[in-house]
Parts: sequence; C-alpha cells; structure tokens
Amino acid sequence: MNGLVLGFDLLLVAGLAWLAWQALFGRHRFTSVVHFMAFGLVMALVWVRLDALDIALAEAAIGAGVTGALLLAALGRLPAAAGHAPAWRAAQRPLVWLALATTLLVTLALAWVAWQLPRPGLAGLVGEMLPKSGVDHAVTAVLLNLRAWDTLLEIAVMLAAVCLVWSLGPALPPYAPATALPGLPALTRLLHPLFLLVPAYLLWRGSHAPGGAFPAGAVLGAGGVLLVLADGVPWMHEPRRQPLLRLLLAAGVLLFLCVALVGLLLTGTFLAIPPGVAGHVILTVEVAAALSIALMLMAFYLFGEPGR
Amino acid sequence: MSELYLLLAAALAGMALIGLFRTSDLLRRVLALNVLASAVFLLLVTLARTADGIDPLPHAMVLTGIVVAVSTTAAALALAVQAHEQRRRGEEP
Amino acid sequence: MTDWLVPLGNGLIAVGALFFVAGSLGLIRFPDLYARLHARTKADNLGLGLICLGLACQATSLAAALKYLLVWGLMLIASSIGATLIASTALACGLRPRQRRPVSHSAEGDQEKRT
Repeated sequence: MNGLVLGFDLLLVAGLAWLAWQALFGRHRFTSVVHFMAFGLVMALVWVRLDALDIALAEAAIGAGVTGALLLAALGRLPAAAGHAPAWRAAQRPLVWLALATTLLVTLALAWVAWQLPRPGLAGLVGEMLPKSGVDHAVTAVLLNLRAWDTLLEIAVMLAAVCLVWSLGPALPPYAPATALPGLPALTRLLHPLFLLVPAYLLWRGSHAPGGAFPAGAVLGAGGVLLVLADGVPWMHEPRRQPLLRLLLAAGVLLFLCVALVGLLLTGTFLAIPPGVAGHVILTVEVAAALSIALMLMAFYLFGEPGR
Repeated sequence: MSELYLLLAAALAGMALIGLFRTSDLLRRVLALNVLASAVFLLLVTLARTADGIDPLPHAMVLTGIVVAVSTTAAALALAVQAHEQRRRGEEP
Repeated sequence: MTDWLVPLGNGLIAVGALFFVAGSLGLIRFPDLYARLHARTKADNLGLGLICLGLACQATSLAAALKYLLVWGLMLIASSIGATLIASTALACGLRPRQRRPVSHSAEGDQEKRT
C-alpha cells in the first residue's frame, strides 16, 4: 500500500515538473498558458496530499480559474510575441552553463538547509488559544483572529491593486463572440444559484472545518468572472451603480478596520477581539471579506474602470 | 515523502528563475513569477509538517500569498494590456 | 451488505479510469477538433460518472453519496455547454470538420480506391 502512495506522489511530482517546464519554455504562448492552468489544478491535488485543504480550495479557484481567465484575456489583446531571447554566442556558453548549474544547486542547497533547520512549529500554541478564539478550525483562527493584521493588510493590498488597474483607463470592452451562443446565458442561469450556494456553504464551514472567507471569496469570484464573460452583470458598467460598487469593494477593509478600532476601544489593544463575541465578529468580517474578494476578482477582469 | 516535495519545490524555483531571466516577453515573465510563487508556497507548506502536528501559520501565510500573487498578476497584465490599447488608439500612455 | 460495496466501488472506479484513458487516447489520436471534443465529452463524462458512482458506494453516509452524484451532474452541465461553445465558435471561425469524400460505385470510383 505504501508503494502505491509513493507511486502516486512520484506521478504528481513528475507531472508538475513537466507542466512547469511546458509553461515556462513552451513554444507558443497559448500552450504555455494552458499548461499553467493545468499546473494550478495538479497543484491543488498536491495541497490535498500535504493536508492543506483550505489552500487546495483557494488554489483550485484562484490559481487555476481566475489567473487562467486573466492570462487568456490578456493573451487575446497583447500583440504577437517577440519570442525568446536570441541564442547565446559560442564564447558565452560556458558561463551560461555555469550560471544555470549554480542557480539549480543554490535552490537545492537552500531547500536542504531549510529542511535541516529546527522547526518547533506553533501548532501547540495555536491549539491552546483555539478555544478562546471563537472558531474551531486552526487556520481560520490564525487568519481572522490571531494574525488578523496580516489579513487586513492583504485585503488592503488587493484593494490597492484594484485602484491601480482601474486608474489605467476605461474598461476594455470584451470581444463579441463569433456567433450567437444560446449556451452561455443558459449556463449562467443554470449555475448562478450554485455559485451563491457553494461559497455560502464554504464560508459557514470555515468555523469548524477547512473553508472560510478566502476559499469562499475565491469560488464566488470565479463564478463572478464567468458571469462577466457571459455579460450577466450589466449593473457593473452603469454609472448610477458605481458608488454602490465602490462601497462593496471597500466593505471588507472598512469592516475590518471598524472591528480593529472597536477592539482598541474595548480592550486597549488594536485588533484584539474580545473572546465572548469572537465567533460572531469573525463571521461578520468573513462575510464582508468574501464579498469584497469576489468583487475585486471580478474588477481585475475588467482591466479598467467601468461606468465612464 | 516530504523530501520528494521539497525537491520538487527547489526544482520548480530553479526552473522559474531561469525562465524569468531567459525570456523577454511579459506574459512569460508573469507565468514564471507565478511558478516561483507556487514553488515557495510548496516549500512553506512542506516545512509546516512538524513533529507536533500541522503548523497552521504557514498555511495562513500561503493563503495570503496566493491572493497577493493574483493581485500582482492582474496589475502587471492590466498595465501591459492598457499600454498596448492606448498605443493602438494613438494616444500617449 | 457493506462487504461487497467496497470491492464494487473499487471495480467501478477502475472501469471509470479506463474510460478516462480511452478519452485521453482519443484526444491525442483523433484528426480534428470536433472528433476530439466528441472523445473528451462522451468518454470522460462516462468515466467520471462511474468514478463518482464507485465513490458513492464507499461513502460514509447518504448525504456524502448524494454529494458525489451532484458533482457528476454539475460536471455534465458544464462540459456539455462548454463543448457546444467550443464547437460553435470553431464552426463560426471557419474550421470545417474533416470528412471523407463519398466514393461512387463506378469504374472511376474503383480506380480511385485502388490508387
């Protein structure tokens, strides 16, 4: 039985290495992007093998879904590639091989050194703090209570990226499909309820099992990108709805900041959540964060500011 | 078993670095950055399997890292696409 | 009752994996886009259905088994609509399916068949 598991691991590792090779050094850009999307999906399997289930959910939705959609949309709009760098001259060859070998050896050595360093880990400490944090799942407790500062900064970084993307110009109109495709509105109408139900379930589940705000926001965002592709969210482009859209985009950061300041007032420490109400507060912040993350992923896909 | 994934993380990081510096096309550079990020995440999660149990802190860091990586990718792609669009329309970027 | 469910589940999963292999072979070997789409949707969805059925046999509760079948149903919807989108876009862009020209049963037809 152990041999089978090892064989499965070897298969995953070999597959990932080959997919990464094709994504980096493939001949055409389209094949590179498609291999990268497959790389993201197989990576989700590797996360499951390493017992990182929240990461597996988020990687499958963001790494394979949204990043793939962004890359394909950009591929359609960028001009044909200039190709790879010109070939090396004969005199440069030994130096180039030396540089390649050095890079690979240095990365291997760094990985080996990281493996040898002592890893006491924080699993014990987090386990002790878990009953007081308001949730039952360690990763959610770390993300939204024990290290909430990192999560707040991360959502702020994402909002800054949306501001960057929107400041570049008006939203680019999507390419019209080649024929009338009745399948696309049918698909969105069939799958729309599921795109709302599954993230809600993942969000609720995050308090006691793998799930939480980030996988929920990622799945909701991936569904939202599909809707944007199928022209199912026309209200995003209307000038009347722009203030509401911007309010919803900033809702995650704003709510988080409010919680932090209220925590400061109540307990004297910034971002300290009182243990009594921790569960409810975390759930509220998770809902706002998931909604904001989903809308921000859709806003990335527009490549510009809508509603002008 | 964890050593296997450690080896994979090192190999992916090496390949991604080589791919990053070898190509002049922006799209391939974005792909190389994403593969490098995935390699570093793999290293972090492999190191999180300690003797006590599974350390949740690197998991939280990797989850944050995935979201930041997609933000960076979107920003880089939007810059390239909008520059090309404005050049195509004849305006000054 | 549960004694034969686990081997049945294993058998179904193995047969489903074989269908996946057949679909992937079709993806590599078939001549044009439409034939490949055919292989991908038919063989792969049937393989997925068998795998989901096998997993549902081994599931721990009825709710889990129904979730596996829901996964298959969703995959059917997504892949069928995706396949029609790909095929109709390809047709609109001018990609024609490869067809053999019909051979007529005359002397010239026999001549052509022999050469």
